[in-house]
Amino acid sequence: MYLNIILANSLISPEIGLLFWTTLTFLILLILLRKFAWKPILNAVKSREENIDNALNAAKKAQEDNAKLQESNKEVLKEARAERDNMIKEAKELKNQMVNEAKKVAEVETDKIRKAAITDIQNEKNAVMDDLKKQVANLAVDIAEKIMKENLSKDENQKKLISGLVDDIKIK
Amino acid sequence: MEIKKRFWQILIGVIGLSLFFIIPISLIETGGEKPHNEETNHNKTDKKFNATALIFDHIGDAYSWHLFTKNGKHVAVPLPIIVYSNSTGLNVFLSSKLEHGHHYNGFYIAQEGEYEGKIVESSGNVHNNHGITAEITEQESHSETAVTRPIDFSITKNVFEMFLSAFLLLWIFISVGRSYKKRGVTSAPKGLQGFIEPIILFVRDDIARPNIGEHKYQKFMPYLLTVFFFIWVNNLMGLIPFFPFGSNVTGNIAVTLVLAAFTMLITNFSGNKNYWKHIFATPGVPVPLRIIMIPVELIGVISKPFALMIRLFANITAGHIIILSLVSMIFIFKSIYIAPVSIAMGLFMSMLELLVAALQAYVFTLLSALFIGLAVEEGHH
Repeated sequence: MYLNIILANSLISPEIGLLFWTTLTFLILLILLRKFAWKPILNAVKSREENIDNALNAAKKAQEDNAKLQESNKEVLKEARAERDNMIKEAKELKNQMVNEAKKVAEVETDKIRKAAITDIQNEKNAVMDDLKKQVANLAVDIAEKIMKENLSKDENQKKLISGLVDDIKIK
Repeated sequence: MEIKKRFWQILIGVIGLSLFFIIPISLIETGGEKPHNEETNHNKTDKKFNATALIFDHIGDAYSWHLFTKNGKHVAVPLPIIVYSNSTGLNVFLSSKLEHGHHYNGFYIAQEGEYEGKIVESSGNVHNNHGITAEITEQESHSETAVTRPIDFSITKNVFEMFLSAFLLLWIFISVGRSYKKRGVTSAPKGLQGFIEPIILFVRDDIARPNIGEHKYQKFMPYLLTVFFFIWVNNLMGLIPFFPFGSNVTGNIAVTLVLAAFTMLITNFSGNKNYWKHIFATPGVPVPLRIIMIPVELIGVISKPFALMIRLFANITAGHIIILSLVSMIFIFKSIYIAPVSIAMGLFMSMLELLVAALQAYVFTLLSALFIGLAVEEGHH
């Protein structure tokens, strides 16, 4: 009885009507969906994927560029530092040089001044000595006059005196 | 907001569709007043609950959409009947004309015999020769008259639900297709588009691409997507137990036969030299052995889609049978206390069927893609 029901129920015997309508429905569905749904959707999805791929590639490239830029920045910075160090070094050298030169100049100048001073002193001394000599000579003459006036009466004394004076003068 | 709007649109659509059928329903109710022999017999059998009959009635096709039975009267949504007979030509009328064993234009629904549950035509010629009028023929037992089966293109329950699913699919996917045009390709998918797109991508990236191959899959995408969503939506609609859903479309052998036939035709028409060479001159097989190999390979051409047909049919029908059996338990035991068990198990089965609905759509599409992939594969030998 159950088998009868199954067989009669068209469960496993396809009906021509349903076969026909299924074929028709499915074909129409396939054609319409292909034109109005699947093609636009799949194309849109594909182009979006391409967009995303492009964007990702661009981002990757930008990152690489950025990395390169940073690298070059570092290089520039390094160079700048070296330049700065160099400049400081040069400046120091220049300073030292200047200081040394100044010292030398100063030494020379002081030398000159000292020499001039020495010369001046010498001249002064000479002048003073000349003056002194003149005065001493005058004094000696005065003294001699006085002595002459007092001791010239004795001959020996005269001789002694004169030779003594003469000796003194020669020494000077 | 968008989804809420959509929801209301669907609700209004369903209510509108139901209203469209309420007037014919009331017509049947008044039309079926006078008692018939068949009906009283039916009432008697109704008292003794027959689960098998109920289940097979529900999973089979029908000419009208039975909603419920009230005081022994069937309340059903009538559907158009289109039959072509050799004697009367093309006949188009509503199934309400055949309710309760009524005859119309010589057509009636057979209650027994080879064509049980189908529209048959009593061949009037035999009786005319005997001088018996058509009126008497109707009164008499059917076994005495020769019955023939007209060519039946009726919009049955399954056909009707299939149309509904087709409209639903067209509506969903054309609107999604439009939203791509409207929104452009650079913005992220939204709403229905966001729900559908991952599924389409799944079919493309996990079914078509690996099985058919990177260079050839695009040609077959429309078929694979259509068959996937057609099966899935019909499976899901079959799980909703209210009008206008609940019909066992994908559990009908005719529907699965057509779908499997599509796969078979596409497979064989896109088969390349390599594919046919494998069938008629399998590489590495000695020539005398081809006598055995060729029939085996040709059986394979048929058996692959045949398995597709049986798999989908059996899975979906089995699901419907199990859920209906669980509900029938209440009536078999004639106890309300069995209801919690029935409902709990029915709920569990429904959940499982939700999975099966998607799984069978996936399996059918996957195997279709696999068969197509084998047919378009380039030789590696």
